[in-house]
Amino acid sequence: MILDVLYFAWVRERIGLPRERIETKAPTVAALVAELAAREDRYAAAFADLSALRVALDQDLSDFDAPLSGVREVAFFPPMTGG
Amino acid sequence: MTVRVQEELFDLGAETAGFAARASGAGAVVTFTGLVRDVPGGLSGMEIEHYPGMTEKALTAIRAEAMARWSLADALIIHRYGQLRPGDLIMMVATASRHRADAFAAAEFLMDYLKSRAPFWKNERVGSDSAWVAARDEDEAALSRWQD
Repeated sequence: MILDVLYFAWVRERIGLPRERIETKAPTVAALVAELAAREDRYAAAFADLSALRVALDQDLSDFDAPLSGVREVAFFPPMTGG
Repeated sequence: MTVRVQEELFDLGAETAGFAARASGAGAVVTFTGLVRDVPGGLSGMEIEHYPGMTEKALTAIRAEAMARWSLADALIIHRYGQLRPGDLIMMVATASRHRADAFAAAEFLMDYLKSRAPFWKNERVGSDSAWVAARDEDEAALSRWQD
């Protein structure tokens, strides 16, 4: 499947780009994270501590063990600081 | 529009007056406004990043939840993004209800949720240094009081 993967705040800075299109067979978010982290050091650094990250699937907050089937857009970002 | 995400400044007085005028039947309007707080050493600026699309979706859902939980005539959320300076308005919420208790409670609920569930991230610049504002445990804990 083809996914749009988006990065925000320090995740974007660490990886060095705001979004990319990724072809993957990863069944879950966690599997996608493992695939990305294995690519290059900058990805490994960004995904080193999952407790410091949040994930949204098609613009809804989700979990790292969530399945990716049917998903078009995945976003990784730090805990939000609105208000 | 009852949920607005915008870069430009909003007029707090005009927004509040307009909101109150539209809230027919209400006897109470509560507003909360968030400002860019200065920091020791002097904040040179704050940049607010957001996730276009998800931001509007999350704020609309939070507003709908407040409308369902309390007896409200209306609720308004305005949140800015982009480059801000100390003292600038960041956001506002307004709630209207027949009596004040619902409007106060709903405004607090909206604030608690949009602090940690709306996709905004603040970056503070002091001199030539910049740092992402960390989420506060207190903000996450504040959500628990609304869970049944």
